[in-house]
Amino acid sequence: MNRIVSAFPAFTAIGVGRSIPFASVVRSDIAAFQRTLADAMTRGCRLVSLFAMPEPNAPAEMPLTAVAILADDFGSLLYAGRTSIADSYPSMAADFPQVQLFERELAEQCGIIVTGHPWLKPVRFAPRLYSGPDHPSTAPSVCGDMEFYQVKGAEVHEVAVGPVHAGVIEPGHFRFQCHGENIFHLEISLGYQHRGVERAMIGASPARAFSFAQTLCGDTTIGHTTAYCQIIEALSDCRKSARAQSLRGIALELERLANHVGDLGAISGDVGFLPTASFCGRLRGEFLNMTAMLCGNRFGRDMLRPGGVQFDLDRQLTDQLQHRLEKSAAEARQAIELMWNSPSTMARLDDTGRLDPLDAAQLGVVGPMARACNLPRDARHDHPTGIFRFVHIPPATWATGDVFARAFVRWLEIRRSTEFIAGQLAGLPEGDTCSALSALAPDHLAVTLVEGWRGEICHVACTDSAGRLFRYKVVDPSFHNWPAVGMALRGQEISDFPLCNKSFNLSYCGHDL
Amino acid sequence: MLDILIARISQGHQTMTYPDGPSPPLPPRFRGLPVLDADKCADGCTLCADVCPTQAITPATAENAAAMPGPLMDLGRCLFCTQCTSICPADAIHFTQNHRLAARRAQHLHISPHQSLPPLEELSGRLKKLLGRSLKIRVVSAGGCNACEADVNVLGTIGWDLQRFGIDFVASPRHADALLLTGALSRNMHMAVRKTWDAMPDPKIAIAVGACAISGGPYAGHPEVLNGAESVLPVDLFIPGCPPHPLTILDGLLRVLGKRIADGQKC
Repeated sequence: MNRIVSAFPAFTAIGVGRSIPFASVVRSDIAAFQRTLADAMTRGCRLVSLFAMPEPNAPAEMPLTAVAILADDFGSLLYAGRTSIADSYPSMAADFPQVQLFERELAEQCGIIVTGHPWLKPVRFAPRLYSGPDHPSTAPSVCGDMEFYQVKGAEVHEVAVGPVHAGVIEPGHFRFQCHGENIFHLEISLGYQHRGVERAMIGASPARAFSFAQTLCGDTTIGHTTAYCQIIEALSDCRKSARAQSLRGIALELERLANHVGDLGAISGDVGFLPTASFCGRLRGEFLNMTAMLCGNRFGRDMLRPGGVQFDLDRQLTDQLQHRLEKSAAEARQAIELMWNSPSTMARLDDTGRLDPLDAAQLGVVGPMARACNLPRDARHDHPTGIFRFVHIPPATWATGDVFARAFVRWLEIRRSTEFIAGQLAGLPEGDTCSALSALAPDHLAVTLVEGWRGEICHVACTDSAGRLFRYKVVDPSFHNWPAVGMALRGQEISDFPLCNKSFNLSYCGHDL
Repeated sequence: MLDILIARISQGHQTMTYPDGPSPPLPPRFRGLPVLDADKCADGCTLCADVCPTQAITPATAENAAAMPGPLMDLGRCLFCTQCTSICPADAIHFTQNHRLAARRAQHLHISPHQSLPPLEELSGRLKKLLGRSLKIRVVSAGGCNACEADVNVLGTIGWDLQRFGIDFVASPRHADALLLTGALSRNMHMAVRKTWDAMPDPKIAIAVGACAISGGPYAGHPEVLNGAESVLPVDLFIPGCPPHPLTILDGLLRVLGKRIADGQKC
């Protein structure tokens, strides 16, 4: 394959779902590295991953290497760059808010002294991945024990919620600065679900690495496992059959259907419109059951495997799936349209929890949340892999950025995903379901993006000279999107928090890893 | 209004008849209670144990053959994945359609070719009297992947309608009779789980749902987790799976409360 010419000399172009020798990733000094990042982000590229690791054979005075991956959505290309770090890394967060959480992660995981960061707080209250120079603001402490952004004033009060919440949901801490019912600011502190996955991925056996990939975020099992499989396939130069890619696409879109239908029901339930809430709660299960027909598990566990898929569809099962999809999609349509036709429900969704498109762009928001702010970013469209290189699903957008927009984009996506699955089931390509894998290429870097139902999932892997996983970096869409929840809540009533939060429905475990 | 009524009529009554009627159909590829066939095991073969991501299988070796005829499987660790079944050349392990996996003790979950799960003992005495007809559950998620939480939550939908059994999820630990834990018990959640448990009035029970909450699951042994609920609380009911099917969870809850299931049989 010819080398792709990079638009940024300090970075190397790399195709999505591809691997390149790590040595071919351009190394530049921190100044040139950051100039390129700034230039690229100013020109509309997004930072999709930034992490550090101790590079083998690194000089003692430069023990760590930072790797950044940029995405050019319009050119459908990714760029990888690296720089050596002695002990400190100047922050770019004040000018480019989308990097702020990545920089905090550099400090927390590797002990890098990030200088000039507006507020260098812990990300997950996690122990170090690698040792590094100590920095007081990232010393390990009790989870959630940190200084919060505070608004001072006679009538200002603070509301603390979590980590244990009222419902059957994951743990996280929310700190509101309120004036009466009005929210000035919301800060979100996470890390309660941290279980050390990135650390355990280093050198993990294939079976263990696969089980970690499947449990990075349970409701996005197919999304994350697809990304993991693509990484392993890129590193072992594996060609999947068209049939395997089609089956992966079906599973990914079924996951989107189940979650989107469930979310619309939950949004409806949060404003007290029970018909849609009740119907959609059940229908979500119908879509999960379709996934279980494929692979025996409602969340798609073990549907995939590196090289392809573990389960095939025969004629009879395809017919059953087609029939069930048609029935459940029609019932979902009926249930969801009740909500659009209920003026009192619409009044609660319109203009509630509005996320400014400019804020969304600056924070690097992804997925339906971005598309609800008219940012047409969708990895299936911008950086297609697998079946999406052959079958096109147009990104669904809406312009208002409020709860309604986030709900309506989901509805548009439900319809498009249903059409996609029906199309695939009607014309499944012939072929094997799984191809053989060779050993992982040593000293390589692989990157992939997958559009999960919450948005862009980014996995990056580096192998060592023996072809073992030396670093495995996971960026869940929630990592990009959590700060946007705080922005959307500004100026809202605190009583609208559950509704707004539900309209984002972000993952705690995907963020905490 | 008319639309809503039409939708209600066309969607129909959706609450399942189980446990009075038959249990809801499970997909043919569902992986329930595994069965081990030691006769098929080749001497000295450890393929299944080697590939298991959670060390759920202890192979029979020449040394322990007398005490242990055939492999031992810990359902508390098992992810019900396909690694062991796909690697075994002799089909010595296969997952059945049996969804009933719950147990009162963690060691009951150790199954062998000759010893499957024992019958589940229901609560007795004062606990049965107080909780048997009304069980309020506080769910706390601590270091898992949110799949167990999702399939616990499903029991509250109209299809399963958990409330018809007098079982309900409550927001306050003060109102709770049971603490249902999911996740490997991350160190970062240790204090919150402890405080929730301490805030619950006696008598109370604890329920561990999923491989993580029983043994740490895929994260067992990580320094970031405490390897499951039992490290912090006395657990009264273990429901294995990754995640357990809603039917498996419901079955565990109903049996521990001594409810009647299917054709009038008490299990």
